[in-house]
Amino acid sequence: MSEMLGKLAYYMEFPFVRYALIVGVLIALCSSLFGATLVLKRFSFIGDGLAHVAFGAMAIAAVLNFTNEMVVILPITVVCAILLLRTGQNTIIKGDAAIAMISVGALAFGYLIMNLFSTSSNLTGDVCSTLFGSTSILTLTTKEVWLSVILSVVVVIFFIVYYNRIFSLTFDENFAKATGMKVELYNLLTAIVIAVIIVLAMNLVGSLLISALVIFPALSAMRIFRSFKSVILFSAGISVVCALVGMLISILAGTPVGSTIVAVDVAAFLICYFIGRARN
Amino acid sequence: MAQIICRDLTLGYDNEVILTGLDFRVDEGDYLCIVGENGSGKSTLMKTILGLTPPLSGSIEWGEGLSAHAIGYLPQQTLVQRDFPASVREIVLSGCQNRPGFRAFYKPEDRQKAERNMERMGIADLSKRCYRDLSGGQQQRVLLARALCSAEKVLLLDEPVTGLDPKITQEMYELIRSLNEEGITIIMISHDVDEAVRYASHILHIGKHVFFGPRDEYIRSDVGKYFLMQEGGGEE
Repeated sequence: MSEMLGKLAYYMEFPFVRYALIVGVLIALCSSLFGATLVLKRFSFIGDGLAHVAFGAMAIAAVLNFTNEMVVILPITVVCAILLLRTGQNTIIKGDAAIAMISVGALAFGYLIMNLFSTSSNLTGDVCSTLFGSTSILTLTTKEVWLSVILSVVVVIFFIVYYNRIFSLTFDENFAKATGMKVELYNLLTAIVIAVIIVLAMNLVGSLLISALVIFPALSAMRIFRSFKSVILFSAGISVVCALVGMLISILAGTPVGSTIVAVDVAAFLICYFIGRARN
Repeated sequence: MAQIICRDLTLGYDNEVILTGLDFRVDEGDYLCIVGENGSGKSTLMKTILGLTPPLSGSIEWGEGLSAHAIGYLPQQTLVQRDFPASVREIVLSGCQNRPGFRAFYKPEDRQKAERNMERMGIADLSKRCYRDLSGGQQQRVLLARALCSAEKVLLLDEPVTGLDPKITQEMYELIRSLNEEGITIIMISHDVDEAVRYASHILHIGKHVFFGPRDEYIRSDVGKYFLMQEGGGEE
C-alpha cells in the first residue's frame, strides 16, 4: 500500500500528471451532465457519431499541419452536431441512419486522409492514440489545459442555468413547444454544447470510447434513482469518481487511460444494476 | 365571453390543404369536443390552436388575456415518457415555465402553484414518486396538473383517455367535468364520440361534413346521427 502511495506521490510531482487529472475530472463531469438527456431522448449514439466526425476533422487538421487542431475540429463537429440533432427531431429512424452514415463515413475518410497524406513515421500509432486516446491526455500543453478548464466551466454554467428547460425538453418537447418555449433554439444550443464536450473528451478517452463516458454514468444513475435531479447529480458524481479511479489505476498499473476509465464505468454500471434490482 | 374565435380557417401543411372554411368560437366555460374520422385534421387543428402550425388562411382571435401559449395543453403520452426517471413534483413544476421573459429557476409562487394543482388532481401524496412507477390514470393526472400550472383558463386535451381502462376512463371524464364546472374552458379532441356527446356542451365535427354547434343540435343533425350510429356500432 505504502509503495503504491509512494509511486503515486512520485508521479504527482510531474505537472503533466496533475494536468491530466484535472482535465480528466472536468471532462468526466461535463460529459455526464448531458448523458441522461441523450439516453432518454434515444440519442445514445450521437456521442459516437460526433466523435468519429471529430476524428475525421482531426485527420484533416493533421494533414494541413495546423498547430492548434482545435480550430479545425471544433467547428466541423459543431456543424455536424447541429445537422444530426436536427434530422433526429421528428423521425427517429431517419436520425438513426444519419448518425450511422456520418459516423462511419467520417471514420473512413479520416483514416484514408491520414494514410494518403501523413508524413508521420508511426501512422498506426497515431491512429491508435486518436481512436483510443492512449497518450494525448498526458501530453496536454498549459494552453490546452486552460482551454479545457474554460470550456468545462462554460458547459457547467450553461447546464445549471438551463437545467429546468433541459428537463422540459427531455420530458416533453411538444408540451414545451406549446407553452411557447423556443425549442429549436434550445436544441441548437444543446447540440453545440454536446459537440464541445465530445471534442474535449477526445483527449481523455479517444474517439471510439467517448459514448461510454456520456452514457454509462447516466445509465448507472437511472438504475437506482427515480427523480431527474438525483439522476443528474449521481451521474455527475459517479462519472468523476470513475474517471479519477480509472486514471489512478492506469498510472499505477501502466494500463491505457481511456479504456481503463471506461472499464471502471462499466464496473460501476454493473454494481448499480444489481443495487437497483435488489431494491425492487 | 368569447375566448377563441376562428374565422374561415384553412388548415394544412405547405401545399396540402386538409380543411377549408372552418368557423367556430369558444366561450368562457364551454366544453368543446372536437370529433371526426382519422385523418380529418383533428391534430392539425390542435396544432393550429396551439400556435405550432400557422393556418394557411383565415384568422384566430383571442379573448382578453389569452394567447396560444396561455392554453394548458395535455399532449398524448410519448414513448420517451414511459420510463422517464422524474418525480411527480418535477413534472408538475415544469408547467410553470411559460412565464414571459427568461428565468432560470422556479420561484416560491411556482412551487405553491404546483402543490395546489397536485392537491386539486388528488396526487399530492404521490409528489415524490417516480412518474414511470405510476398507473396510466395517475400519469394523466400528473400531466393534467402540469397543464393547470401553465394555464388557468383554457385546457386543450388531446385524446386524454387513450390506453386507460374503462373505470379509470370514467374517472378521467368526471375529473375533466369537475374542472369545467370550476369555470375552466375545455377543448377536447376525442375519437370516442359517445362520451364526447355525453359530456360536452358543444361539438365541432370535422371531416367531409363539418358541424359546429351545441351538443343537442349535433345529436339531431344528419352528420351527428350518422356518425353516432356508425361509431356506436363499431365499438360492439
